[in-house]
Amino acid sequence: MTAIPALAVEDLSVEFRTRSGVVKVLEHVGFSVDKGETVALVGESGSGKSVTAFAVMGILDAAGKVTSGRAMFGGSDLLALSERDLAEQRGRELSMIFQNPRTALNPIRRVGRQIADVLVRHGGATRNDAPRAAIEMLKKVRIPDPERRAEAYPFELSGGMCQRIMIAIALACRPALLIADEPTTGLDVTTQAVIMDLIGELAGESGMATIFITHDLALAAEYCDRIVVMHAGHIVEAAPGRALFDHARHPYSAKLLAATPGETVSLDALASIPGGLPDLRRPDLPPCRYSGRCERRSEACDQPLPQRTVGEHHVVACWNPL
Amino acid sequence: MSEPLSVSTPGPLLDIAELAKRFTVGGKQGLLARVTSFRKPVAPLPQLHAVDEVSFTIARGETVGLVGESGCGKSTLVRLINRLLDPTSGSIRLAGTELADFKARAFAANPHRARIQMVFQDAGDSLNPRYTAADAIADPIRRLKKMPGAKLAARVEALADMTGLPRELLSRFPHQLSGGQKARVGIARAIAVEPELLILDEPTAALDVSVQVVILQLLQQLKRELGMSYLFVSHDLNVVRLLCDRVLVMYLGKIVEQGPAAEVFADPRHPYTKALISAIPQADPAQRADRLRLGGEPRSPIDPDPTVCRFYGRCPKGTPRCAEEMPLLHPAGSARQVACHFA
Repeated sequence: MTAIPALAVEDLSVEFRTRSGVVKVLEHVGFSVDKGETVALVGESGSGKSVTAFAVMGILDAAGKVTSGRAMFGGSDLLALSERDLAEQRGRELSMIFQNPRTALNPIRRVGRQIADVLVRHGGATRNDAPRAAIEMLKKVRIPDPERRAEAYPFELSGGMCQRIMIAIALACRPALLIADEPTTGLDVTTQAVIMDLIGELAGESGMATIFITHDLALAAEYCDRIVVMHAGHIVEAAPGRALFDHARHPYSAKLLAATPGETVSLDALASIPGGLPDLRRPDLPPCRYSGRCERRSEACDQPLPQRTVGEHHVVACWNPL
Repeated sequence: MSEPLSVSTPGPLLDIAELAKRFTVGGKQGLLARVTSFRKPVAPLPQLHAVDEVSFTIARGETVGLVGESGCGKSTLVRLINRLLDPTSGSIRLAGTELADFKARAFAANPHRARIQMVFQDAGDSLNPRYTAADAIADPIRRLKKMPGAKLAARVEALADMTGLPRELLSRFPHQLSGGQKARVGIARAIAVEPELLILDEPTAALDVSVQVVILQLLQQLKRELGMSYLFVSHDLNVVRLLCDRVLVMYLGKIVEQGPAAEVFADPRHPYTKALISAIPQADPAQRADRLRLGGEPRSPIDPDPTVCRFYGRCPKGTPRCAEEMPLLHPAGSARQVACHFA
């Protein structure tokens, strides 16, 4: 692992304006991804994983607004780029795999054409050689019989196959940064394993940095170098996968692990996390957004959150870590 | 109800024997083809064998897990048992009553309908957006049991209590409920008519882990209290391992392995089960020692060759014998069955 950050997100805050008030969806989020490294963003729904990715990609909903922060990528701040410059970067340098391949693919365009489109738009291929290159990509993501499959429409392919098409599109121009938003949700474990291996291999080959968004902690631990745990728009802990499993320091990470059916032997051994996410519209949100659900709460928790380094690459935002 | 439908008979609650469903595919069945073709088609149309001669039982109070990749026929099997689909052949006996003879189209009004109920995958999509939680829970009771209004309201409240749904949420519509609350409505609705068999199709797939735990524990507790049997369909093998007594592994329309969940997970015999279990993500690198990855493409389920093992081509073992003789499900140990020549 070389220590050149491909992407460094610093102090990112995002707000959404809604009819019922301003929702502070992300607050002071910071993390970095090195070249060739895979970093997982994990957390429950509503924790801000996808919003972080969307903000970096510059595809936030119109109601969303970046209120502070930078996302340094290849010497420039992605958050400050004009839409035109960003559009140049997306597809070529930055790529994203979306959650549901069936809705993300164009249903009325042959999949080979969809890959060729990216190559023509961003990869400098001509309309004549793009179809060839598209078939090459299909081979790379191990789609059997690629010449025939290139002529298929998304509805003619299985979910796992569509996901591989998405990956082929995302990787067609050898991006420097890939954001994969739950790329294997809804796929079988066997297909999931094949897809994760594939992303890992391609990342290793080209030194691509990967942000992997998931709610499956075991999956994150198996395939990612580091895990970043998010809760209600804050990063609460960042650690190498194994370190997190062996000794989670933030009370929320520990609860999340205890709720994951993994190596436990009985259903009764699993524990749910009491309480819910705080209402992010409240003007008086406590500095620690987990404090309302936390068993280790003390008076110190009313002070601004610390960033404590508790091990190698292991940071926790808590006054009373485990 | 005049006569009791469920008499306590000895033997399993559900007995599925040689159940098959084949769909006719392709062929020129369009109007134009029918009008222009005067001759009968020479060759029979291709048949997709979605569920192929499947037999198994579920005992009273037992939880049976059904696993297998998408397209293996899990959903078709569930729809057959649930009588939403008519089988091509075979029998579905629920406590001695043959259900396969009833037409799926008329089954909604059949008194046996109440005995098998289902919890659907995405509670959000399977609830009527114009029904309040109370309406959703009351609907099956209104349709299947005659119950006066006051009693019905009390029953709905009792069901809400049983499933841990706060009563004040009963007047809400699905979009006003959280994922976990919608899951509770889906469960309350399914148990409202006191089914003997509850089919659960990935009931927690759309939920966060912390909510998933609560719902799984609720299901476990309801089973204990109400004595139902569960058929639990899931992709998440870790959940199946924790919730199920027995597990059925399906591959391309066939059951390839079955047995007590603990045994199957500890010592899978069929190569497909082995691959499935080794693909479960493991946080501990020590447990990832021998990863088994399946190459190749699954065989086509359309007119499959009856002499070739369905797993041939993807199987790491695959010998010439596998291409000449289809392995049958045979006993392997006291309570287990495997369909492989080498297990």
